Amino acid sequence: MSVNFGYTISLPRAVDLDRNDFSVALRVLRRLPELESCIGCGGCTATCTAGAFTEFNFRRVQTLVRRGEYGGAYREMNKCMLCGKCRLVCPRGINTRAVVMTIKRELGTGY
Amino acid sequence: MKRTSWQEYQKKVADDDYYYVRSCIRQNFFPGSEKAFLNIIGGDLGRSIYENPEHTTCTGIGYHSDIVPMETTMTVVARQFALLTESGRENLAVSCITSFGLYTEMLETWHEFPETEERTRRYLKEATGREFRKPKNVAHTSDIMFHHREEIARKVRHRLVNVKTGEPLRVVDHIGCHYAKLFPKVGIGGAEFPHVLAGMVEAWGGEVIDYPERRHCCGFGFRNYLVKANRGFSIANTHKKLESMAPFKPDFIITNCPGCPMFLDRWQYTIAEMEGTTYGQDGVGIPALTYEEVAGLVMGYDPWALGLQMHQVNVEPLLDKMGVKYDPAAKYLGLNGKYIGKPADTAVNINCGTQQVIRNL
Amino acid sequence: MKNHKVIVVGGGAAGLQAAATLKELGVEPLIIEREMQTGGKVRRWHRLFPDFTSASEVLATLEKNAEGIETLCGVMVDSIDATGVTLAGGRHIKADAMVVATGFDLFRAELKEEYGYGIYDNVYTSADIEDMLNGDGVRLKDGSAPGRVAFLHCVGSRDEKVGQPHCSRLCCITAVKQAMELRESFPDAEIYNYYMDIRMFGAGYEEMYRSAQEDGEVRFVRGRISEASPTIDGRVQIKAEDTLLGRPVKMTVDMLVLAVGMTAAESNGRLGVGLQSGGFIAPRDLFTGAVYSPDAENIFYAGCATAPKNIGETLNEATAAAVKAAEFLLEK
Repeated sequence: MSVNFGYTISLPRAVDLDRNDFSVALRVLRRLPELESCIGCGGCTATCTAGAFTEFNFRRVQTLVRRGEYGGAYREMNKCMLCGKCRLVCPRGINTRAVVMTIKRELGTGY
Repeated sequence: MKRTSWQEYQKKVADDDYYYVRSCIRQNFFPGSEKAFLNIIGGDLGRSIYENPEHTTCTGIGYHSDIVPMETTMTVVARQFALLTESGRENLAVSCITSFGLYTEMLETWHEFPETEERTRRYLKEATGREFRKPKNVAHTSDIMFHHREEIARKVRHRLVNVKTGEPLRVVDHIGCHYAKLFPKVGIGGAEFPHVLAGMVEAWGGEVIDYPERRHCCGFGFRNYLVKANRGFSIANTHKKLESMAPFKPDFIITNCPGCPMFLDRWQYTIAEMEGTTYGQDGVGIPALTYEEVAGLVMGYDPWALGLQMHQVNVEPLLDKMGVKYDPAAKYLGLNGKYIGKPADTAVNINCGTQQVIRNL
Repeated sequence: MKNHKVIVVGGGAAGLQAAATLKELGVEPLIIEREMQTGGKVRRWHRLFPDFTSASEVLATLEKNAEGIETLCGVMVDSIDATGVTLAGGRHIKADAMVVATGFDLFRAELKEEYGYGIYDNVYTSADIEDMLNGDGVRLKDGSAPGRVAFLHCVGSRDEKVGQPHCSRLCCITAVKQAMELRESFPDAEIYNYYMDIRMFGAGYEEMYRSAQEDGEVRFVRGRISEASPTIDGRVQIKAEDTLLGRPVKMTVDMLVLAVGMTAAESNGRLGVGLQSGGFIAPRDLFTGAVYSPDAENIFYAGCATAPKNIGETLNEATAAAVKAAEFLLEK
């Protein structure tokens, strides 16, 4: 029986690169190695149709996935309408639509 | 405006012998438009158009709503091509923007991944016994109208000019997203400066205006509208566009997609009800027409035969500017002469109290 | 036909410096310049980063040092080989050695269609700004002063979509320099710089950047503009993501300045020498062989023909190439 002290041990905010599981991130990057070349310019998010009225941020979600932070990523990527405007502006030529589909496929609906 | 870069994006559009494939939803939204295309291109310009009654949906709505898997879509598209092949024609004339985008997408996919084409051919053969050749030319019907714009201009009855002032009408063009945003190379003018509608407007005497949200989505976006909980995003997009174009005081909007004229039209009424704002000159709304309707008006067709009464924003102010004659009493009479009903008025801030007509049906 | 000792291909900063150095070393070179006068891109620039030195002063020094050197202007070199150069039209000029100083091309901003250069009034390139600074000063299309300006870095640099994967290195500092020049002209203007990364590689550059932030009150937004569109009053609406906020931003500016990159000279492809993947000429190696050609022992390279460089680096390399060319003649 645990004792209720009225508070819990706060979780650390740091992205823990020692403990995070990178297996999904590696599978995504093996399929789409150019994703690692993202320079975070934000062109994708600036032009994003889904992000215009929701908090969907493609740049942020795919970066979190690459850091092994998968929580909520499937749900977020589901907001993408696959319109492809981001792919037109990406200076790195990243196949952003494939990134969305691959992350969703590799993560599965549990996230 | 110095807009010449569209000339770098040219596509071949067949001149004759079209195999016409209709849209699923256009005949409900604006039923006169496809008829007008057939009358103008087939009748007035004397081109040969063939329609096959066995043609079905391309699956576009289901495909873009995550209901129909890609393999199914490919096989359905292959069947459409098989019907085309059996007809002996080669020039696909696609009425719907999403179908046009979908056919292009499947052809590109087969080109990039030949194994998917092989698989599709096998599925089609097993399911229907049919075989197909790819079309020689795939054009959206707005491409075809653009292709013939000068010939239409030579037969013009009413130019896109204000008959009272002699000034060109100010026109906002809105291109369906699936026209060139999927594959810029298949759209006349590409994705950034599409010229397909602008070219018609200029050929028929109007002036195209550019405004900040010109490239923004009309607000349909299948998932945005089909799920009611998402409709706030749909109307927000339309709202954004209308706010952006309002200072330019456009006379009308010309569109080439099934959904765009519907949403740019109907959401004007909804925004008027929600916020009390009606856009357009004198606050009576901005008519959002299809390019076939515009071509029909230019050619002197009767506005009610073109189905302009299906627009919730009243088109009469535009007809008056163009000097088009019409019978006000006949507006809401169907082909059989019976009253077809009347939508609520978009100009809620001017004519209060007319809304109950259709809302309670 | 006369056999020249050394032909210097290109009469810009690198070509003038190489020719002047050769002359100092007692070798009479021939300069071949495609434009009607020498001076290259420097002639178009007003003041130079990071200390606002007048470009015309630098050019005057270069031209004075190269005074009296035989120069063919308005003549295009078609190709180069170990025997000499062939001009457009087929005429061949023999030489014992060549210094290739063909420079770079400015990126054609109209290729980035989404920014509307050449279509919307009040979208300019950094080179247009220099033209205006050299003329009557920076003005909007209608002749008025801008109240709000946005610079966009990396136009035609680090961009796969237009086949320019390299960093042009100098656009960042150019945009910062011009932002400060605009601040000088328009003390009350709002000035924004939109960037992906700020790359301040040269001596004094980082200091100039900091000065722009602190003294110049230039605001830096970390995000790449995704599109520009015209407003009814001739202004430009831009959209980007403020990546540090993680939210899309939009703003309307009076003037949008595209900091255009340096692309490989289009003529490089015809020269007949080996190129790098981005179209710049390939030197023997990037360390001890930067001025040598791997194609022939009597061909030497200087300046932006091989990669984007600033003027100081270009002049040093031109001196080195000239010395090596002179040494080659001595050893022959």
